[in-house]
Amino acid sequence: MSNLLSSLRVALATMAICVAGYTAVILGFAQALTPTSANGSLITNDAGTVVGSRLIAQAFSSPEYVWPRPSAVDYDAGGAGGSNLSPANPQITARAQELISAHGGASVDAPIPADLVTASGAGLDPHISLEGALFQAARVAEARGVEVSAIERMIEERAVTPGGPFTAGRIVNVLDLNLTLDADLAAPAASQ
Amino acid sequence: MEHIVVVTLIIGGTALLSLPLGTYMAWAMDPGSTSPRGTRFTALFERVAGPGAATGQSWQRYLATLLMFNVVMFSVSFAILALQQHLPLNPDGKGALDPTLIFNTAASFTTNTNLQHYSGEVSMSYLSQLAALMWLQFVSAATGIAALAALARGIAGRETIGSFVVDVQRASFLVLLPLCLLVAPVMVLLGMPMTLQGAVQATTLEGAAQTISRGPVTAFLTIKQLGTNGGGFFGPNSTHPLENPSFWTNALAMIAIILVPMACVWMFGRIIGRMRHATVVFAVMTLFLLVKIGAAVTFEAAPTAALTGLPVAESSNLEGKELRLGATTGPLWAVLTTSTSNGSVGAMHDSLNPLTGLVPMAGMWLNATFGGVGVGMINMFLYIIVAVFVAGMMVGRTPEYLGHRIEAKEMRLAVLALFVHAFLILGGTALFAATPWGQSAVQDAGAHGFSEILYEFSSASANNGSGFEGLGDGSWAFNIATGIVMLVGRFLPIILPIAIVGSLMAKRRAAESSGTLGVEDATFGSMLAITVVIFGALTFLPAAALGPIAEHVSLP
Repeated sequence: MSNLLSSLRVALATMAICVAGYTAVILGFAQALTPTSANGSLITNDAGTVVGSRLIAQAFSSPEYVWPRPSAVDYDAGGAGGSNLSPANPQITARAQELISAHGGASVDAPIPADLVTASGAGLDPHISLEGALFQAARVAEARGVEVSAIERMIEERAVTPGGPFTAGRIVNVLDLNLTLDADLAAPAASQ
Repeated sequence: MEHIVVVTLIIGGTALLSLPLGTYMAWAMDPGSTSPRGTRFTALFERVAGPGAATGQSWQRYLATLLMFNVVMFSVSFAILALQQHLPLNPDGKGALDPTLIFNTAASFTTNTNLQHYSGEVSMSYLSQLAALMWLQFVSAATGIAALAALARGIAGRETIGSFVVDVQRASFLVLLPLCLLVAPVMVLLGMPMTLQGAVQATTLEGAAQTISRGPVTAFLTIKQLGTNGGGFFGPNSTHPLENPSFWTNALAMIAIILVPMACVWMFGRIIGRMRHATVVFAVMTLFLLVKIGAAVTFEAAPTAALTGLPVAESSNLEGKELRLGATTGPLWAVLTTSTSNGSVGAMHDSLNPLTGLVPMAGMWLNATFGGVGVGMINMFLYIIVAVFVAGMMVGRTPEYLGHRIEAKEMRLAVLALFVHAFLILGGTALFAATPWGQSAVQDAGAHGFSEILYEFSSASANNGSGFEGLGDGSWAFNIATGIVMLVGRFLPIILPIAIVGSLMAKRRAAESSGTLGVEDATFGSMLAITVVIFGALTFLPAAALGPIAEHVSLP
């Protein structure tokens, strides 16, 4: 009986300090110092509408935009997940073939970067590889009626090494890049 | 090259940090009577706990209190989960949960497992996440650290092994909470969300609607990692960009995964007063860790087999991986999270190459290459008992561990504890592989499907919590079976070792002489490593052959 009473008292104490107290401290710290990232790194347009989150991939299928990696959950940021397909699963092959043709084909001499045909862990990877972005530059340039080199330059400017010296490749944030494309280059509909 | 630098910095850096932390933890958990501040804390915790807090307890009383507290943990969290639709802090209006899911989830978080048969952002209110699940992440980890402190006191030859309700507060308030208060603000500054606002509706550039779930992620994630819990705030755990926004949050998370398990070895060494012995144990654990990391990184460098023959640029296996986390993360995290009993994931384990997927399974089978906070060292204690006994038999002496005579009774209890782990994994796998419960849940029939079931039961019994998530494990059969496996796999390996120590304490301790088996040299280290391999790994070799190894040899 004294065991139960003591257990309840300790439960109450840990609940008050490790749950209520700790959450309040970290919440206060985050909301005071980094309110933007604390609330999900949301991006708002001039009209005040939330257009997405810097950290969350969204679907792109129009030719004038750079496309993200495929998503096993169709970019559902309210129910994220990976494909969980085993490495030899034929569904991975079928998906890759579909994406290769959607991207206008690839060949042994000009292969498609692997990140563009593999689903990420959460289905919301906000990045693609620099090579994956450059692979799409020609399509975007044609759709927007500009030189390929202009698109390539914009992509290069936005490529970062995520871990500095500790990571090998460079990556590009897709939403960030597409917002810049819209801001700097008129979409074909607007230019005519 | 990139791999070697990252692995060296993460493992080496954490090993260095674990030394002072272990010294601190030894003081925090076992202040003795000479530290005035320690005495004040002890008095405070005794006052909080009230009538059941007598400091000198028999091992039976200590275990009874531990179990009672865990019953309270299970019941309180069960009630919160069952009533979440009526309780506050539910901005997205999450509804009622299935009863077998509530049982599985309460069992999972009480046992420090954090196997999740639900997706956090889909099913859980913020109150459930914080007051039920995050609370259990603190107190279940504290339970493990308390049990190790008690075990160490027994080995050290103290009069009593302490008081559980005092120990669990020491671990919560003096160890876990301060560490969280150090790490969480850094995570916040690195861009991790921490909000009580509900999901937000976005309109994408192409005009589609997108619901973006968010929440009090940072507080949750920090104790998830530091307490070897591993349960994700979001369904896909630490692959989710809001739960792991950058390479740097990822690196810090990996450090947080192994920091406390490493420090537990030093804490053990300090309390028993044998740091050289702790060093040997630490070296054996590190050796296993490095072998596993080397294997996983090598195997995962191969591309996804399904892309063979397509015009796809050469790369490592990227299925289930996030680009910002770097190429080392998938295999390194997979090893760290299963060497400790953490179970959070930085890549989808189901999509790992077959032999890479074998490495985390091996980690869970051994469950002692650092292991869960507190309990990892307790598991290693079982292997030490076996190693000492076998070594003693080999040279024809009475086996002694630090002056304690190891006899048939202790040996029986140690082997039983090790056997239970194998029985739960192989028995559960056999049952589900032979029946529709498992057969209808696997993603694809054959070797990979077998691996999915094997992984699930390994994860449940090792109190790990990661999974091959292609498995449809949300059925009532999996909920109940893994719930029971988690409970047995948690409490027997705490009860039996403490019973061993209780038995040792009741015997007269022999003076150590030149005839006593030394436990502080490389010879003992090798003996211990061999024992771990023979007892821990060989049991599972046939199952490994049927699953990941068969899948590997059948790859195109």
